[in-house]
Amino acid sequence: MTSMIDNSMRLNAPMGLLLNRDNAVEFLFEGQRYQGYAGDCIASALLANDRWLMSRSFKYHRPRGPLTMAGQDANTLVQLGGDPNALADRTPIAPNMQIEGQNYNGTLDKDRDAMLGHFGRFMPVGFYYRSFFKPMGVWDKWEGVIREKAGLGRLDLNFEPEYYDKKYLFTDVMVVGSGPAGLSAALKAADGGAQVLLVEEMPLVGGALAYNRFDIEGIEADRLRAELIAKVEAHDKITVMVDTVCNAWFTDNYLPLIQGKRLFKVRAKECIIASGAYEQHVVFRNNDLPGVVMCSAATRMMKLYAIKPGQSAVVLTGNDDGYLTALELNDHGVNVKAVVDMREGAAPMDLIDALSKRGITLHQGYTVYEALAEKGNKRVKAVDVRKITAKGEVGNASRVIDCDLLCMSAGYMPAYQLLCQAGAQLSYADDLAEFTLSKLPEHLHIAGSVNGIHQLDSVMADGQRAAQLALNNLNLSDELPGKVSCSVKPNFDWPIFSHPKGKDFVDFDEDLQAKDIVNATRLGYRDVQLVKRFSTVGMGPSQGRHSALPTARLVANSTDRTVTETGVTTARPPFAPEKLAHIAGRIFDPYRRTPMHHRHLELGAKMIPAGNWRRPAFYGDPNERDACIHTESVHVRNKVGLIDVSTLGGIELKGPDAAEFMNRIYTFAFLKQPVGKTRYAVYTNEHGVVIDDGVACRIAEDHFYVTATTSGVDRVYRDMTKWNAQWRLDVDILNVTSAYCAVNLAGPDARKVLETLVTDTDLSPEGFPFLAYGEADVAGIPARLLRVGFVGELGYEIHVPSRYGEALWDLLMDAGKAFDIKPFGVETQRLLRLEKGHVIVSQDTDGMSHPGELSMTWAVNRKKPFFVGCRSVDIVMAQPQTRKLVGFVLPAESKKPEEGHLVLEGDAITGNVTSCEYSPALKQIVGLAFAGINSSQPGDHIYIRVDGQLVEAEVVNLPFYDPDNLRQEM
Amino acid sequence: MKMMNCPLNGLRNISEFVHGGEVKEMPDPNSCSDDAWAEYVFYTENGISVVTEWWLHAPSGYWFIAERHTGSDEILKTYDPSVLFNKRVEFSAPVTEGMA
Repeated sequence: MTSMIDNSMRLNAPMGLLLNRDNAVEFLFEGQRYQGYAGDCIASALLANDRWLMSRSFKYHRPRGPLTMAGQDANTLVQLGGDPNALADRTPIAPNMQIEGQNYNGTLDKDRDAMLGHFGRFMPVGFYYRSFFKPMGVWDKWEGVIREKAGLGRLDLNFEPEYYDKKYLFTDVMVVGSGPAGLSAALKAADGGAQVLLVEEMPLVGGALAYNRFDIEGIEADRLRAELIAKVEAHDKITVMVDTVCNAWFTDNYLPLIQGKRLFKVRAKECIIASGAYEQHVVFRNNDLPGVVMCSAATRMMKLYAIKPGQSAVVLTGNDDGYLTALELNDHGVNVKAVVDMREGAAPMDLIDALSKRGITLHQGYTVYEALAEKGNKRVKAVDVRKITAKGEVGNASRVIDCDLLCMSAGYMPAYQLLCQAGAQLSYADDLAEFTLSKLPEHLHIAGSVNGIHQLDSVMADGQRAAQLALNNLNLSDELPGKVSCSVKPNFDWPIFSHPKGKDFVDFDEDLQAKDIVNATRLGYRDVQLVKRFSTVGMGPSQGRHSALPTARLVANSTDRTVTETGVTTARPPFAPEKLAHIAGRIFDPYRRTPMHHRHLELGAKMIPAGNWRRPAFYGDPNERDACIHTESVHVRNKVGLIDVSTLGGIELKGPDAAEFMNRIYTFAFLKQPVGKTRYAVYTNEHGVVIDDGVACRIAEDHFYVTATTSGVDRVYRDMTKWNAQWRLDVDILNVTSAYCAVNLAGPDARKVLETLVTDTDLSPEGFPFLAYGEADVAGIPARLLRVGFVGELGYEIHVPSRYGEALWDLLMDAGKAFDIKPFGVETQRLLRLEKGHVIVSQDTDGMSHPGELSMTWAVNRKKPFFVGCRSVDIVMAQPQTRKLVGFVLPAESKKPEEGHLVLEGDAITGNVTSCEYSPALKQIVGLAFAGINSSQPGDHIYIRVDGQLVEAEVVNLPFYDPDNLRQEM
Repeated sequence: MKMMNCPLNGLRNISEFVHGGEVKEMPDPNSCSDDAWAEYVFYTENGISVVTEWWLHAPSGYWFIAERHTGSDEILKTYDPSVLFNKRVEFSAPVTEGMA
């Protein structure tokens, strides 16, 4: 490996604003060792060593070098180890960094596929679409080959995870862009009392002031930049973030900023976009050769990186800025052979004089018609200059000027992306040949060259005008903002000079030439969105920053419309590519724990999700699910078990209208529910569909406590409060789910266990019968007792304030020892309730299930004036019923259906299984299923498809177990 | 992210709010036609205009009314439901005998 330490192209300080010349950095490019300085980007460090060829183009593998030096183009995409598509003109070099070019076969300098360019005429626009869609399957055959040829970089799939994070910021005013407009806006807003966040994409503040030349002497930019930075740094209301990209605009100024490995989510009351404008290229043959750059790229090379961009240069311009670039080049020892001005007689005299004083030739009304290349197209070596004879046309007389640098400026395109994301309208001013933006949202403002203001003093004034609007919106001021106008016209109307031999690129990313765009319109794609999709123009990494304007002009011209009518394609977030790591969230999946949670873990529970909670499925070896559940269920049937039911929803209703409100929400009648009794509560929505159920306890005449399902309670509570926002009943409604925890103590010995702890309540069958409600003291814990029968055994639901949960659990487990109490899980509870034929709403019901289908009409009262689903229930119940939820049984040894398996009548699907388990108590398989109405009576047979096989099951009466409910009513 | 002015909690991120559908007048469920009831339950205007909607500030469980333009998505105003619903609603007795 040879080392190359050259730096022969470096200029002296103060050129090189970003460089730290005391700190040399060595790195590898294509296996070759190079040296640059800290602060260099990859491109500048390579240019310092006179290396211009850095990558190759996507389609034709054309040699490419820097175009903008600002990360606005895709000409210098490089591979950094496993990281593809890094921007060489933005990515700083680091010691021993390994860099490679992209899109070549062989080596970057000798690409075996470089001849692809010669076949360009066989690969017309839309080549892939038109060539590979017929015959069927041809794409499958070619895809691999094409992808291999057309890939962008290589991904390292063995990447090491890295730490990325997020932060939230809030500010009064955010200013995007720290050029003269952004700086003056930030200062004005901060002076007016607003907190300001100033965001700059580049590593240094100043925007164009850092690299552009604004005057003949070349002193104004540096002076103004120093002055503004001093003021900003001294201002305690301004925070500056450099190397930070504002990557989108979201509604109400919600602005994602990416800085390094952190995504900031900023909420700004006011936002000022001073994002500047992209200098535009001229379309002519070979305008993509290394050495053909934007004027601003050349000045960036000099001022930011102290790079002498060439030995002899030609400047091609459509505005005055090219003249100033020529002066800057001349100042730094570049032999400027000519300034070629596409305009005729538009340049001001002082600029013309300045050129002639330095002996620089000026051609007005001329253009570069073709750039001529060294062998292998690796660098420009001369340009063919011709007189412009008409729009886009040149004369035959050719003047070839030798040069190794061509700087071009056809004008500017506003950096419109964030503004268009905000809904701003982009229209083309024919007299200015420029796109302008209008119709911004109320709290979004625009300033500087993105607003079509180009003279330095006007740009400063425009920043202040935007800041004044922001201050007025913030009620910090009420002055009228001044009017700002600009007399400079920097855009040349038609900087497009098609060449019969092509390679006159409109879009460098996608290697699209002028004729490709025109041909797309001839093939019928008139809409710019269709042109984009057919030709891929603007789809590359630079997202139309340079191709949008010439494309709009070409499409307008060839479809006889105005450029405004043609427009540009939609700008969507993100503004620049962002890594998935920036937007991916941490694995954050919080769940709720009941107060007894850690007791379950100690007891070896297998925990499962239940709504946003975790609950014990069963206790014991997770691999022995069925055995554990069977043991637990038999234990509850024969002795006593304890289950944590804290996840049940709880809603408290209090007030004179509590009973009236309950009566309107639930299907049953509640006005006459006695105090001290519970009642089953079914909730139907306005469609008449059963969406929740629970147990309503009447604590007092004006006080109800009603339970709801674990996952349904939030919905029920929301519905309740929404209804009463309309009904205006005198009742307070409160979701007390997390204020209470609860257990169900169930089994034949449940009473005996509870009696050891409760002394103030008569728990006898007469004193506290089935469906009773009462308040009791459980060994000092104030409790609500509900006699329930969900699992079909003698049972008490004990609801206590959550802080007593652990104590209650311990007391019961301790008191139950004498009766061999065992905890049981939610899966066991599901089996027990299935044996009783009790429905779980949302497991055994679906979005169509009305009370009739669920045999719940006993719980629906239609004599009362209203309940939420009443009219819809009437309507569906009046129609012939088509299906019904039925209980079915199968012999223990038959194939067990699973939830979701289909119930068939011949070929027709009539329903599905909703629950099915082997019942240890009944020694057979039991289940619930929707069945067609014709096979829904006890004794009927239903056919269930289990893993492709039909299983015949018998419909039986519910409940399966203890049909007379003797056990739960003990 | 959009923001919304909750009449109770002030300006908050839209992610804190839950849409509750258009504010609609319920026909008398005991006397209206089936069609009128179906219209009420299943149909919404869904046009480009200002709509009056229910919104819930979920963290505080507060329902309120918002007037929003469906074309621009601009929220024109938000207010407490008592502005529209200021007296106790009663329901008439069922006309026909339903199921017991």
